[in-house]
Amino acid sequence: MQTNFTPEQLKDPATARSNQILRTCVHCGFCTATCPTYQVLGDELDSPRGRIYLIKDMLEAGRPADEKTVKHIDRCLSCLACMTTCPSGVHYMHLVDHARAHIEATYRRPWRDRALRWLLKQVIPHPGRFRLALAGAKLARPFARLMPDARLRAMLAMAPKTIPPVSRNDDGQTFPAIGERRARVALMIGCAQRALNTEINDATIRLLRRAGCEVVIPEKFGCCGALTLHMGQQDDAKTRARDSIARLLAAERDGALDAIIINTSGCGTTVKDYGHLFENDDIAAEAARVSGLTRDVTEFLEGLGLPDRARTEGQGARVAYHSACSLQHGQQIKSAPGTLLTRAGFRIVEPADPHLCCGSAGTYNLLQPELSSELKRRKVATLEATSPQIIAAGNIGCMMQIGGATDVPVVHTVQLLDWATGGPRPDGLGAIA
Amino acid sequence: MMQMPEPDASVLSRREAIVAALRDAVPGAVIDDPAETRVYECDALSAYRCAPLAVVLPRTTDEVSRLMSLCHQHGVPVVPRGAGTSLAGGSMPTADAVVIGLARMTEVLEIAPGDRLIRVQSGRTNLSVSGAVDGQGFFYAPDPSSQLACAIGGNIGMNSGGAHCLKYGVTTNNLLAVTMVLMDGTVVELGGPMGEAGGLDLLGVVCGSEGQLGIVTEATLRILPKPPGARPVLIAFDSSETAGACVAAIIRAGVLPVAIEFMDRPCIRATEAHAHAGYPDCAALLIVEVEGTAPEIDEQLALIRDIAQGFDPVEFRESGSEDESRRIWLGRKSAFGAMGQLGDYICLDGTIPVSALPRVLARIEELSQDYGLSVANVFHAGDGNMHPLIIHDANTPGDLDRAEALGADILRLCVEVGGCLTGEHGVGIEKRDLMTAQYTPADLEAQMRVKDVFDPRWLLNAAKVFPLDVSASRRNARPNRGRDAA
Repeated sequence: MQTNFTPEQLKDPATARSNQILRTCVHCGFCTATCPTYQVLGDELDSPRGRIYLIKDMLEAGRPADEKTVKHIDRCLSCLACMTTCPSGVHYMHLVDHARAHIEATYRRPWRDRALRWLLKQVIPHPGRFRLALAGAKLARPFARLMPDARLRAMLAMAPKTIPPVSRNDDGQTFPAIGERRARVALMIGCAQRALNTEINDATIRLLRRAGCEVVIPEKFGCCGALTLHMGQQDDAKTRARDSIARLLAAERDGALDAIIINTSGCGTTVKDYGHLFENDDIAAEAARVSGLTRDVTEFLEGLGLPDRARTEGQGARVAYHSACSLQHGQQIKSAPGTLLTRAGFRIVEPADPHLCCGSAGTYNLLQPELSSELKRRKVATLEATSPQIIAAGNIGCMMQIGGATDVPVVHTVQLLDWATGGPRPDGLGAIA
Repeated sequence: MMQMPEPDASVLSRREAIVAALRDAVPGAVIDDPAETRVYECDALSAYRCAPLAVVLPRTTDEVSRLMSLCHQHGVPVVPRGAGTSLAGGSMPTADAVVIGLARMTEVLEIAPGDRLIRVQSGRTNLSVSGAVDGQGFFYAPDPSSQLACAIGGNIGMNSGGAHCLKYGVTTNNLLAVTMVLMDGTVVELGGPMGEAGGLDLLGVVCGSEGQLGIVTEATLRILPKPPGARPVLIAFDSSETAGACVAAIIRAGVLPVAIEFMDRPCIRATEAHAHAGYPDCAALLIVEVEGTAPEIDEQLALIRDIAQGFDPVEFRESGSEDESRRIWLGRKSAFGAMGQLGDYICLDGTIPVSALPRVLARIEELSQDYGLSVANVFHAGDGNMHPLIIHDANTPGDLDRAEALGADILRLCVEVGGCLTGEHGVGIEKRDLMTAQYTPADLEAQMRVKDVFDPRWLLNAAKVFPLDVSASRRNARPNRGRDAA
């Protein structure tokens, strides 16, 4: 597509990068077909091609973001289905990140919006505060109807019924491999996940150790930066990312890492892109090193191999696998989870329209509750249509989103893999043989 | 640069009243903020752009009827839009026009496998029509390259084809009936579930009429049982002309593959760099797909191999597995995206007699050198539907003009050898001014008289298809309209 930037504008590296991305777009419109918000709203403005056009216009004019542009960019889930579909390789993720940073820098949101975003940033990436907030939400839930804002009601509704105690496994330490050591890995323990569900990290550690991995848990690990990056707060995101990089690489002091393992795929997409985020910074090399080492847990295990199967319990259970967007689109990991689950003895079924987002998308379900609920309704309907005994997903956000709308138990892929290879039966699976 | 008529000042001056009336007619469906209408200023031919007065996104035939009737009353031009994937600018607006978009009209209304038909709203995408009947073992045959995203309404407007139309025909051969809203809001039903209706074949007139006769809101389409199997071969040649001659020989021999696709060296190289399909580095290649039962496939492929041997192919690669078939098609399906990596492109759509392929390809090569712009060829060779892609740099002033001039020369060449300007993309605005190269004034007059019958005030997509000077007297005859210069 033709673009219209001045040479001065192109001196800014971010603008130069966006220009390059816009020039690869041929405006063919293929991306509209797989965009969840376009499926729901049927308006070009809420499609990737429309957003690309809005962003192009906003950046070329160099003007502050306007209310309409912000509305349509805010509605983007960043699910990146458009990148999977795009025949021309348009890097929508970098483009929309730039647009969000521009919006954050030039647009003053209504006060409620600002307050809400401030609150999310102060709470979610801090497990201690998040736990407190979840406990508070439980108490406040009966009064939800009194809340003036649909987004606040969505937050209350999202809070889980039970909050697990802190897992000491998430403290900084090194777990030895069980049996012969085949790899040394660092586990990125996530932030919100630690408050919502401690089973996922526990299962991951057990599974990796049994597969022959020495597992390093970094000291005092915080947030990878994904949360604020998607809000356009690039400086905040980079501060958090910088800290994460330092803590992850600190694990290399006692021996080189073979991989950095992530079991929250939303974070994985961001961490794998650290190289780009810091390409013009002093820690470019370190950031690229971290990105290069990062693997989703299923991606890593597909290469390393699963521990031997130890149980017959749960064998043949019908598992509907929900592919998190950050895995299938953000990281292009499509077959590994299903392959591993099949090898572990489960029967995998795939719902219709597997490419569509469940509407969780980080904080999207809190900021855009209406669109998010509609996507959740559609996703749960397609999952339940496969008559599953269990639903598995590789991202805590999707698990919370889907789990809140179905009676079918929802677990993380690693919990099933751990169970099948000698770990405990995941909570809430009920009477599945 | 393509000229568009001066917008009707009397419409622009009534803008607020018109938008208010549209909102009354279909609440919640009107877009009129200039920051938003801008996104609708073009389709997949992004070189030509003009934001509309407003965009409306109705959900039902009744809503379309109300909108059309209102625009008719107010004398407001209307531009229909399917999914906005036109490569000919078919859904490009004018500044005084209301765009009626079909994107919210995606329902499946009826599936009747026994009668081999499906009835859908016309905003439904081509591929999702097949998706709706896949479970019952059927498919919808026309398959434009944009089938993932393009709308059935647009397919009908442009009489779209696709790789598989060599065997199954284009849209008109697979369209049984439509519900269409005329410019004055009248709803008409054309055709019938058996594909036959009494009287004149008005359905045939509507299919390919580029949104100038009415807006199709519902379509009844022929669905076919999926074939038991299909297998492609890849045949590589050391010259484009030889590959073209081989296509002609296959067609002459009476073999009927489902598809014969052609790619030349610039296209093959770009595709390899982008999609890594593992294609040989050759001057030209054909992908020929046949279908049927296993013995039928073997028999057809043996015949094709025999014919191809006569043209000294550099390689004859038969697919032995699903994965190999996928890889043979991978490059072809990635071709347009890959070409986008080389620069901006204009995608032409001329159709020629298959026997003229070698000559036309040689001449395109000469023209490409004369203009100093590279041309890559990727197209449906079986039915002579060429898609030369002219690579240029849209950010370099003057480059687009040269690319357009080269495109015009190539299309004139297609007409000279007995072909026509468009195979499946339609005339739109892209080829509008070349219509005189193909048709005499009397031909064009006859075509315009057909539009007179359906849309006497020339409000519907009127700046397309006919050169502006040819259609000026009709467009300017609208009551209350300011004249334009053309």
